[in-house]
Amino acid sequence: MATHFVIDGLKAEIEGKEILKGINLEIKGGEIHAIMGPNGTGKSTLASALMGHPKYEVTGGSATLDGEDLLEMGVDERALAGLFLAMQYPSEIPGVTNSDFLRSALNARLGEGNEISLIKFIRKMEGKMKELEMNPEFAHRYLNEGFSGGEKKRNEILQMMLLDPKIVVLDEIDSGLDIDALRIVSNGVNAMRSEDRGFLIITHYQRLLNYIKPDFVHVMMQGRIVKSGGPELAERLENEGYDWVKEELGIVDETVGQA
Amino acid sequence: MSTELSTGATRQSAEALARSKGEPNWLVELRGEAAELAGTLGWPKPEKVRIERWNLTAVGNYEQSTAAASIGELPAVARELIAEGTENLLVQRNSGVVWKQFSQDLASKGVIFTDLETACKEHGELVQQYLFQAVAKNEDKLTALHAALWNGGVFVYVPKNVEVEIPLQAILFNDNAGATFAPHILIVADTHSRVTYVDSVVSEPGAASAPFMHPSIVEVFVKAGAHVRFGSIHHMGETGVDMTIRRAVIDNDGRMEWIIGDLNDGNTVSDTKSVLNGKGSTSDAKVISVGTGAQQMSLTTQAVHFGKSSDSDMVTRAVMKDSASAIINGITKIEHGATKANGVQTEKVLMLSPKARGDANPILLIDEDDVTAGHAASVGQVNPEMVYYLMSRGISKQDAERLIIYGFLAPVVSEIPVEAVREQLQRLLERKLEG
Ligand SMILES: Nc1ncnc2c1ncn2[C@@H]1O[C@H](COP(=O)(O)OP(=O)(O)OP(=O)(O)O)[C@@H](O)[C@H]1O
Ligand SMILES: [Mg+2]
Repeated sequence: MATHFVIDGLKAEIEGKEILKGINLEIKGGEIHAIMGPNGTGKSTLASALMGHPKYEVTGGSATLDGEDLLEMGVDERALAGLFLAMQYPSEIPGVTNSDFLRSALNARLGEGNEISLIKFIRKMEGKMKELEMNPEFAHRYLNEGFSGGEKKRNEILQMMLLDPKIVVLDEIDSGLDIDALRIVSNGVNAMRSEDRGFLIITHYQRLLNYIKPDFVHVMMQGRIVKSGGPELAERLENEGYDWVKEELGIVDETVGQA
Repeated sequence: MSTELSTGATRQSAEALARSKGEPNWLVELRGEAAELAGTLGWPKPEKVRIERWNLTAVGNYEQSTAAASIGELPAVARELIAEGTENLLVQRNSGVVWKQFSQDLASKGVIFTDLETACKEHGELVQQYLFQAVAKNEDKLTALHAALWNGGVFVYVPKNVEVEIPLQAILFNDNAGATFAPHILIVADTHSRVTYVDSVVSEPGAASAPFMHPSIVEVFVKAGAHVRFGSIHHMGETGVDMTIRRAVIDNDGRMEWIIGDLNDGNTVSDTKSVLNGKGSTSDAKVISVGTGAQQMSLTTQAVHFGKSSDSDMVTRAVMKDSASAIINGITKIEHGATKANGVQTEKVLMLSPKARGDANPILLIDEDDVTAGHAASVGQVNPEMVYYLMSRGISKQDAERLIIYGFLAPVVSEIPVEAVREQLQRLLERKLEG
């Protein structure tokens, strides 16, 4: 079945503050959607609410992946259903090596009885690390501990490549990446483009979208998607900023939850 | 069960036992004096742990041991710990050593690796210079009691400039709660020598099901430029009380490393101390513990700096389950004159149950200005952000927590020098954490 991800009227709050005020978005396999928007407008909140972060409470709406209700599922079940979130701020887990973590995650995905052998796993991991031009030592380092900003982002992409998800949400995957890393990471993402996989890319900069061409661009303000268009929308935002969007829509303060 | 020794007044019985074992006169006398002291001195008073409520008198009676004819004769609890193909192994069962083997090559270099009882007879002069010099027999009732009735034990002597590549291994086990089980470990590393020693202190489940007490002392002498790594895993049953005092005295540029797993199921006092006498001496102590059931523990690491430019690092990590409680003390003391000394310590406790207790008490006592010192202590639960991150990759909540808990203990687990002991540690952790 072709991948079909539908967010309908999604509302979410954190610590009693409503941040998402009704998000509607539909992503089909093969499509790349970009979300742009000023700081503090709810982009990461959307990503976290979809993934099921315990601090965010969904208060309305729905999110389904291939007809399955994601919001009913635990965080791990959402991942197993095919959702992947490359986080803006990935956690550091001391004492757990990257490779042990990756193998646990991959085996969870493959399911009991279908676990990958250690040798095969290592070969697979090393292959992907090579594609991402990661130093092999990162397999033995503790997960994200002491990784630089860019190294963490590369490691997120490594996980995406190994886990083969259906819907990929990338939250500011470009932040902290140097020019070469941006190209390498983008190549990684592009290599994963396929008819059964949809992407939602949260970014502030057109430069990432030069590498990963989006089909749709959405602007988020005040916890809503306030404008959608094609790639040309991102270019205009890059050149002119957000003021024209705010003027067009009569928005004074674009942030959310600051009252 | 014999309780006379703990209540004192048995100089005669201690001396009589020592004589019957053919111990040299100096040792007979030492035991007699100690027995008398044990009658007058008080128990140690660890912070916030009421050890006087524990069954401290179950020291049992001396049990004559019979040497094992082969390793195969040893019970599984000991056998499974033996490093494959090891040449250097010593096994104590209850009150005496029942197995020892030692590489000819090391013996020919002058290295001594034998049970301490034998060493007292065969290397009396050497042993006398060190025995009860790091831990005095008259410190308290525990040290006195131990001095009066210690048995079996281990003696390691590494001559000048000799480097022992392969770890020396000891297995000290108890399968009779009624037998006195009180090993004393004495390690002397002469100048510029190097040695790794690893032991496992265990009790046979089932066999040692009555109350028993394990009073144990470890003394390590690290001479100038020498390097000693000491690894030890304690796993005795619920009915046991483990009272273990470890102390190293370190000369100029010497290095001491402690790697300790306090994984008993019963009440435990564990006190591990480095005395940094020498200029440029260094010490590194790593301790892990998992508290389960209703056990109570007092876990202390200490570093005392006398030497200039001496350096100490202490790390204790404990995971607390059920209604277990642990008081974790870290004491860094820098004496006047120990300029440029540096002492750091970290105590971290991971609480897995609302009924468990874990206190971390970092203490810095500094009598010198020109030093650096630091401490960090934390008591917390499994971080929900970490659990979320792992779960977002499809890992179940249970596995996520498991990974985080093992990760918390990993810095010590990975340091255990002998693979068979490292595997034991893994098994123990699994048992204690998931059992
Ligand atoms: N844990 C939290 N506690 C309180 N407020 C929060 C929390 N997390 C997010 N918020 C608030 O929710 C609003 C939206 O935050 P969010 O992280 O979704 O913004 P964003 O669009 O991703 O911004 P940026 O571009 O800076 O990453 C902000 O005002 C933020 O302060
Ligand atoms: Mg954000």
